[in-house]
Amino acid sequence: MAVKYKGLKEIVGSLVLVDGVKKVSYEELVKVKAADGTERMGRVLEAAEGKALVQMFTETRGMELEEAEAVFLGETMKLDVSIDMLGRIFDGSATPLDGHPKPIADKSLDVNGNPMNPFAREFPDDFVQTGISAIDGLNTLVRGQKLPIFSGAGLPHSKIATQIARQAKMEGDFSVVFGAMGITFEESRFFINELEKTGALDRSILFLNTADDPVIERVTLPRIALTAAEYLAFEQGHDVLVILTDMTNYCEALREISAARKEVPGRRGYPGYLYTDLASIYERAGMIKDKAGSITQIPILTMPEDDKTHPIPDLTGYITEGQIMVSRNLHQAGIYPPIDVLPSLSRLRDKGIGEGKTREDHSGLANQLFASYARGQEVKELATILGESALSETDRAYLKFSDLFEKRFLSQEETENREIEETLNIGWEILKVLPKSELKRVKDHQIKKYLNEEEN
Amino acid sequence: MSKDKKGMITKVSGPLVVAKGMEGASIYEVVRVGNEKLSGEIIEMRGGEASIQVYEETSGVGPGEPVERTGTQLSVKLGPGLLGSIYDGIQRPLEAIAKEAGDFITRGIEVSPLDENKKWNFQATAKKGEKVTAGQVIGTVKETETITHKIMIPHGIKGEIISIESGEKKITDIVAKIRTEDGREEGVSMVQSWPIRSPRPVAEKILPQTPLITGQRVVDTFFPVAKGGAASAPGPFGSGKTVIQHQLAKWSDADVIVFIGCGERGNEMTEVLQEFPELEDPRSGKPLMERTVLIANTSNMPVAAREASVYTGITIAEYFRDMGLDVALMADSTSRWAEALREMSARLEEMPGEEGYPAYLGSRIAAFYERAGQVKCVGKDEEGSLTVIGAVSPPGGDLSEPVTQNTLRTTKVFWSLDDELANARHFPAIDWLSSYSLYTEDLGDYLDKELGPDFKKNRTEAMRILSKESELEEIVRLVGFEALSPEDKLVMEIAKVMREDFLMQNAFDDVDTFTSLKKQATMIDEIMKVYENKKENISEDMEEILSEKEKEMLSQLKFK
Repeated sequence: MAVKYKGLKEIVGSLVLVDGVKKVSYEELVKVKAADGTERMGRVLEAAEGKALVQMFTETRGMELEEAEAVFLGETMKLDVSIDMLGRIFDGSATPLDGHPKPIADKSLDVNGNPMNPFAREFPDDFVQTGISAIDGLNTLVRGQKLPIFSGAGLPHSKIATQIARQAKMEGDFSVVFGAMGITFEESRFFINELEKTGALDRSILFLNTADDPVIERVTLPRIALTAAEYLAFEQGHDVLVILTDMTNYCEALREISAARKEVPGRRGYPGYLYTDLASIYERAGMIKDKAGSITQIPILTMPEDDKTHPIPDLTGYITEGQIMVSRNLHQAGIYPPIDVLPSLSRLRDKGIGEGKTREDHSGLANQLFASYARGQEVKELATILGESALSETDRAYLKFSDLFEKRFLSQEETENREIEETLNIGWEILKVLPKSELKRVKDHQIKKYLNEEEN
Repeated sequence: MSKDKKGMITKVSGPLVVAKGMEGASIYEVVRVGNEKLSGEIIEMRGGEASIQVYEETSGVGPGEPVERTGTQLSVKLGPGLLGSIYDGIQRPLEAIAKEAGDFITRGIEVSPLDENKKWNFQATAKKGEKVTAGQVIGTVKETETITHKIMIPHGIKGEIISIESGEKKITDIVAKIRTEDGREEGVSMVQSWPIRSPRPVAEKILPQTPLITGQRVVDTFFPVAKGGAASAPGPFGSGKTVIQHQLAKWSDADVIVFIGCGERGNEMTEVLQEFPELEDPRSGKPLMERTVLIANTSNMPVAAREASVYTGITIAEYFRDMGLDVALMADSTSRWAEALREMSARLEEMPGEEGYPAYLGSRIAAFYERAGQVKCVGKDEEGSLTVIGAVSPPGGDLSEPVTQNTLRTTKVFWSLDDELANARHFPAIDWLSSYSLYTEDLGDYLDKELGPDFKKNRTEAMRILSKESELEEIVRLVGFEALSPEDKLVMEIAKVMREDFLMQNAFDDVDTFTSLKKQATMIDEIMKVYENKKENISEDMEEILSEKEKEMLSQLKFK
């Protein structure tokens, strides 16, 4: 039911105003044909009587008012999905980038999706082994969780994310949906190569919007990626890992649009609805009762100035189920993966570990490692003021523990895929340097079992 | 003008829809928007032009589509069947929606909030010929094993019962007929409705005097909230707001719990749904779900319904309070509600106040918390209470932001959640130095009577030790622990015991998750005894301040 209108009223940035329109609906798709024959897509931002404000997805450069034609398509934005999308690479509007034709659609789904009914959700509580000790041992990832990586410019978050994508162990069909927003060509190449190397590309769908691609596409890209993921998860029964990078670019694109619309800005110029908007992306992770598949999300964001209280990480943290913090200090100390476990958190950890899932000592051991490392860090500060010689014997033990924790437990190779048993055993091993009376978070019989066993 | 007249949409911008031809509509009237009949509420009238906030996604809706009026304000349905249910922000039952529409919530679904086909056993308690007024109980329904639902005369009806009948009834069946004073005959069923934005009337508000026992040591002992009081828990993300709210919902000694998940994670509501039916109420031994009503507007559900969700929840809570019950309401998180207000305000192009929030933010927050209280119920000689506990999510953990500040102005209890404590895995991460409760005085008599005078003394002493610790810590940081006097070392040791064995409480441990008030008093008494004892016998040459055995004894107190 497409309706065509000749002539545009205004073009301001990426916003186009069309007047004299009769039947138009909110979020309806619009195709604008410029005088030179080029076609651009857009979406209705505000539908009023006889007027429609349209947000273009691409640059408006070269468009002029009188000769252009706006075609209102009578439908909201949809994505054609099919299982054949696996192994393919698309741009931010789902056009293939790999030179092959578009896969034949199995279904056409609204990219905005619908909110999952909390009543129909299944609470995520299955352990996912990533092979990374800092995550498996202390900030455990659970199937259906949304666990972002909070990082900073120049830190190896991409490496960590690809390592997770390569090593993540889930039971059923496992696929990866990768959404890149505004990252560099090199970064996107890195992801593709890494996935290709291990053959993971065949079970992946990539959506790429690099830094020189249209900004506006960054706003729809995660929704397209998640629509594809929902199809794989809930209609094909796959366990889908969705990696979205970089959410900071996404938020920036949102701010750009908001500013163009002259909306009242919230904190740091981001729109007041940033929370709701981010939630409509992150909340699309999860599991559904009586369905096999799942969507696990790992969004990556770079914190401006490494500041956790910046609106983007702040609002993200309020929605997601924890966060993995990448630390500049650890990175500079040459530790990979440089995950600072203290401010990191997996809210679902305690649901996904323990007897039958990982091992019965996991929870206590993790708490002990946290507490001891936190104490170790305090002692370290103390030592810089007082000097190491002024420390008590116990405090010196903590210092040693801290060091071992970073070198033995945290550190591992990019290709090292540690079994959870091994992670836990390393944990016990490094606890040996502490006096037994300091081990308050683990149970006595566990100390006997795991510490003595090692000594024998 | 009749309410059958339809208006016409002239503009759609996100959740805000403007319609013309709405002459005669009243503000806050509920309307059905567009061909799909989405629920909405009029929030502004200018001549015949109405601004409507729509509670569902508006994509695909456009100018020219009709707007139907309903003639009623946004209301909730109150009657048997509320307990154990989960609703969205405008009281649509999510379980029934899942049955009808599948795993995702689609638009334009209309389902009755209460099951209208289910039969309940109505037992009349009033008799024919009795004079009744609003609020008076005319019969009961055993809704769950623990809660007897009282059927009350709706507000606005007064007269004489001309017939009343016990038996198996549907909620919409007429159970009693009343001849009103002006001679009309009114049928009373088991269900009534009430507009959510108006507080339900009470006979009289009275000062709260009994504590809400939560089983959380740091709360009950140091920062108690009274039944009928209002409390707030602001904290940055990851500081354990939700775990605390869940703990309070699980273990508080209220008769009915209303839990509002306002703009938070879907999985958290799922967790409650999966966990509560299996958890036992420590007092009645029955599943906790039988006394709980859940309201879920998760962060990805429509924003306008988020604004309504807190009112939907509190109206349901007031209804149970009116039966003479103790009700506790948890709202997690009120910041999301405030943000929903801000979003609608911005779309209405109102003049923004602080940080873009509308200027009426403060008065809205105050009016919400003021609906809490210990009250004499209307129409009966009984008292009920409504305790309101709101979580606040300050951006960046900065407590100076408007939502936190406005909340602190009206609530008398402040549980300050601290992310440093949370990072050190000290849970609940309630900072004992900056939190406060203004109810400690009011509850004094009750505590003296229940626990004896030592409790208050011990509490004061324990708090003194904890604040002394923070002073001493500065010194330790500069010169080391060994440089302290033996007395100060003792204070540090006892403070550590207080922190690790009393304030810290493991929500995931079967025993530790709940501590009765009596046991809390015993624990703190034991700790203080050790302190007094040591203080008298302390000397310079002591090897260790507390022996391993003593430490062991103190750390096991909570499991006794």
